[in-house]
Formats: sequence, structure tokens, C-alpha cells
Amino acid sequence: MNEERRRFIKFVGLGAAGVGIGLLGFSNLSKLLTSAAALGPNDLKMRKWGMVIDLGKCTGCGACTEACQAAHFIPFNQEWIKIYELHDNPLAPSYHFPRPCMHCEDPPCRNVCPVGATFRRDDGVVLIDHRICIGCRYCMVACPYSARYFNWGDPPHTPEELAHDYSPEEPWPHQRGVVEKCDFCVTHGEKGMLPACVIGCPSGAVYYGDLAEDAVSNGKEILRVSEVMRVRQGYRFKEELGTHPRVYYLPRG
Amino acid sequence: MSDEEMERIVFRPLVYSGRGFYALVVLLSGLTLLGVYAYITQLSQGLIVTGMNDEVIWGIYITNFVFFIGISHAGTLISAILRLTKAEWRRPITRMAEAITVFALIVGGSMILIDMGRPDRIQNVIFFGRMQSAILWDFLSIATYLTGSFIYLYLPLIPDLARLRDKLKNVSRFKMWIYRKFSLNWKDTPEQKRRLELGIGIMAVLIVPIAVSVHTVVSWIFGMTTRAGWHSTIFGPYFVVGAIFSGIASVIIAMAILRKAYGLEKFLKPKHFKYLGLMLLTLNIAYLYFTLSEYLTTGYSGPEAEALLLEQIFGGSYATYFWIFAVFGIIIPAFILAIPKTRTIGGIVVASVMVNLGMWIKRFIITVPSLAVPQVGLEWGMYSPTWVEWAITLGAFSAFSLLFLLFSKFFPLISIWEVKEAPATSDEVSE
Repeated sequence: MNEERRRFIKFVGLGAAGVGIGLLGFSNLSKLLTSAAALGPNDLKMRKWGMVIDLGKCTGCGACTEACQAAHFIPFNQEWIKIYELHDNPLAPSYHFPRPCMHCEDPPCRNVCPVGATFRRDDGVVLIDHRICIGCRYCMVACPYSARYFNWGDPPHTPEELAHDYSPEEPWPHQRGVVEKCDFCVTHGEKGMLPACVIGCPSGAVYYGDLAEDAVSNGKEILRVSEVMRVRQGYRFKEELGTHPRVYYLPRG
Repeated sequence: MSDEEMERIVFRPLVYSGRGFYALVVLLSGLTLLGVYAYITQLSQGLIVTGMNDEVIWGIYITNFVFFIGISHAGTLISAILRLTKAEWRRPITRMAEAITVFALIVGGSMILIDMGRPDRIQNVIFFGRMQSAILWDFLSIATYLTGSFIYLYLPLIPDLARLRDKLKNVSRFKMWIYRKFSLNWKDTPEQKRRLELGIGIMAVLIVPIAVSVHTVVSWIFGMTTRAGWHSTIFGPYFVVGAIFSGIASVIIAMAILRKAYGLEKFLKPKHFKYLGLMLLTLNIAYLYFTLSEYLTTGYSGPEAEALLLEQIFGGSYATYFWIFAVFGIIIPAFILAIPKTRTIGGIVVASVMVNLGMWIKRFIITVPSLAVPQVGLEWGMYSPTWVEWAITLGAFSAFSLLFLLFSKFFPLISIWEVKEAPATSDEVSE
């Protein structure tokens, strides 16, 4: 973990030196990534964690899913980031479509939760407090992206998982009868690391960062979000529903 | 009918129980215990023992929930509407109808608890409840309806309890204690009468909007999501009409069974079945109209998911269920009820049984296929209920019947004082 963090900081440094901090406009990003752990909760409002997924790069290998499952100690039937094969244009071939939790700005799951177990932090990350969840699964019914999973039986445990202190940000040890989903690896970002799926993707299709800084990274390069959205005509999945996802997609070139 | 004869018939189930009664209690208790055993299995292993999964998130527990909340409309709403419109023929049937409501609400509400992954945290709904959630709306409206229905069942019982207190001999001390305690020192004074009538009148007015709100809010649990087949503006009235539809059918079935079992032919006359049968026919046509309106609008120009869903309902994996509902739950009952020749007590009861079976299936078709529609990609969700779910369902129906059966042994099924007070109309002539 620590090595990854150092590598990430190094690449941020290299990237900054190479392309020029001012030009990319991520001076705040590097500051944020290196000092995030020291910030108080009020500073969450300054951040907008988001993701950009380049569908042109995704090969559908499933490494992101596996990395996520290992990092969160979840069984194989839970795919917090799941690769679908979509074929929405009869004249074009089908393509792979990774679907994490969209961390909507107006999340239907949060809206329908009867007990406020699902909540949205000031930085836009949608999380579940498993100490409150009553297991009614209304959030799963409401989510238009099928991004939520339920612990129908007892989840498999490991000693490492059981030794961990539970928090909604790092929601393990897992328990039966509650709903689970992608947590955007929010503690990674705060420690200056990238989410498990981003690190796990061998083709660098998944980018993560602070949209307020207009910068996301896949661990190899940094994209300026507004720029790449304009050039590649990025979009959000099911935009018409008005959920305002924080995950953006770049169509195949 | 003389007072003595009326009391003899109505009191008989309270003082005498035959072998059939005990056999039925044993059977229903056994089936209820089977459901309890299934629920204990589910508690110990989790909802994994059900057929539900991450795609089809809700199953027949929610189907049962909608069904029982639906038949709960039988009673109180029908009784209140008939009371408010001063339909005199209502008098012998209101008590049964109101009892159905209370027991259906208890069983229906417990279905939600059974469906929960963490029933031990039910108190969170009170301590952490968010009014933004349709589940909270449901929680409040069902709790209000249960309270209101209970009061509305209890108030007209008071004079009858006093009569039992004064006239019944040779009953257990427990029963006598109930009659004494809950008749609230009723002496049939004009002032007591005035207050009681006022109370019943207020409850009858209050209960109508509450009952309408209950099934509207149940429909909104579905309607507030973006799922295909659910996100519909007519869902509120559609559910309310469906609820009254299956509710009337339930009253008819209960009436027929109790009439036979307790010899109530002198109270529950062919005209009661005929009137309720005609109400059932009206609601049948209304439900057909709503169903057509709903499916035609979404099917003609709805989004793709809606079209896929309708394809599966009309001709795909849910077609068998749908056409059983449409033919046996709507069309055939409509003919049985419309043709004077088949509109006999027997015919009306057969139609009511078909309607209720059809409406259970319809609630299944509302709940499950919409969840099975793929939201991302092309893979449909699969669901087949396990023995645990079937056992709990069977247990729920048995518990409902058992509660009603026990009620019939403690309280008079016919509101004696109300029947007595019926104005001397051309009642017998209209037969």
C-alpha cells in the first residue's frame, strides 16, 4: 500500500514537472492528494470525487472487478464494478462497459432509504452505514444501475477482514442482511492513492480524481476532464434519469 | 325474526364448538407453525434460503404484502362507504368486513418484517426514519389504518359485548372477563348511544381517506422508482381499485363460509351476495379498464425496457401467469357476475375465489417481472420461490384464517344491535 502511494505521488510529481502545473491546473490536486489525510471533515465540500472510464481502452478482462473484490474482502458474486457487454447500436459491434457505483449527485438509493443508512458525503461519495441498514433492499430496487448487492447469507470472512475496524468508508467486516456497494475507495483518495479498480486495470481505462480540480488519473497519465470531455464527447450513463452521476464515460474512438 | 331467535343464532358459535372447529384449529395451527418453522430457518441462515437474488430483489413476500393490504380494503372501507351512504342492507355484513381488515393488516404488515434482512433493527424506522422515503409513508399510513380499523371494529362491538355480558351463561371466565371489561359499562342509555353513534360516524368519515391513502402509498413504493412497469402515474388509483376489487371478493368468500358453518342464512341473504356481486362486477370492469389503460399507453410508445417487459408478460416467461390472471381472474368472473343465470350465491362465490387467485397472481406479475428486466445489459433476472417462501406464504394465509376463526369464537359475527335497529323497510318484500 505504502509503495503504491509513493509511486502515485512520484507520478504526480513527474506529471507535474513534465506537463507543467499551471497548464494542467492541478496544483490543488497534488496539494490535496498529499495533505488530504490532514484535512478536517469540513473540507470535504471542496472536493468532488469522480471517475472517467475510457470505453475505448477497456478490454473486458475483469481485472478491475477482481482487484476491487480483493481490496474490499467481498465474494465473487458481488461485483461492485461489473463489466457488462452492451450492444446498443445495431450497426456497431458490442463493447465492454464497466459499471461501478455512479455516486450520483441526486442518488435514488439515498432518497428512498427509510432510515438514512445510505448517505451522501459532502465530497459527493455515496456510502452505506451498515450499522443502521435494516435490509429492506428498497435502495437496490431504486438504483437504476443495479450497482447494489445484498448479503443474502453470511459473507465469507478472513482474519484480516475481521480484525478491521468498521467504518462506512471501509465497510468491513461484512455482515449478513445488509446492502453493499462500491465505496469509491474514498479512503484511498484521502491517503493520496488511487482506487483498487484503477490500479488493477492493466489497460489504464479507469481514471479517478477530483472533478473540482478538473483532473483525473489512471496511475499512468493525468487527464484534464473538461478537455477530454470536449474532445472525446464524454457522457454519463442514463443521463435522462436526472441522477447526475459522478462517473463519466468516453465512447470508443 | 324475533330477538330470541336472533340471539340464539348469533350466540351459538360463542357457546358451542363442534368437532369441526377443533379439527380446523389444529389444521390451521399446524400450517401456521410450518410457516413459523420456515421463518426460523430463514432467521438462522439469512434470506439466502429464499429464491430472491441481486436481480429479483423482492419476491412473493412483497406479493403477499400487497395482496393482504389489498384485501384489508374489504372491510373497513366497504363498511364505511355503505354506512355513509346509509345502505341499510350493510348491517349484517359490516362486522365480518371490519374483522377482515384488521387481520389482513396484521398479516400483511408482518410480511414486510419477514422480508427484511435485519428484522432486529425494525426500531431504526422510528429512531432514524426519513420522511423522504416511501417506506416511511407506508409505515405511517398502515399504522394509522390499523389503529383506525381497530377502533372502527371495536366501537360497534361495545353494545354487543354488553349484551353478551348480560345474557350469556355458561361461558368461560376468561370470555366473561373480556365481555365485562370491554363493554365499558355500557347500559344502553340515550347519552351512551348518542356518543357511540357520533364516534362511529366520525370514524366512518376518517377511515375512507385513510384507506385510500394506504393502497396509494403501497403503489408509490413501486411508482417512486424508475423501474419499467412501475414508474406510472396511474399506479395509485390502479392499486386502490385493485384493492377494493379483491377486498369485496374476500368479504364474499368469508360470508359464504361463515354462513354455512354457523347457519347464518337468516342474516346473510341472497340479496347480500347479489349486491356485493354487482359491486364486484363494477370493480372488475374498473380494474380491466385500468389494466388496459396502463399496458396500452406504455406498450404503444414507452421506452424500450417497457416494451421488453410487456413482451415477457404477454408472450414470454410470465405469459402463463398473466393469461391465467386475465382469463380466470377478470374475464370469466365478469361473465359469471354479469349473467343473471349464473349470478347465484354459488356463482358469485366461485367468481370471488377466481378473482382472489387472479389478483394474487397479478400482484406477482407487478412485483417480479419489473425487477427481472435488465437495467444494464441484456441478462434477465431469474426467480423461483423456495419451500421457505411457500411455507411462509401458506402460514400467512393459515394465520389469517386462524385469527378470523378465533375471532368468531369470542365475538358475535353479526352486529346484533345494528341489525335490530334497522328501519322496518320493505326488506322482506325486496327478496
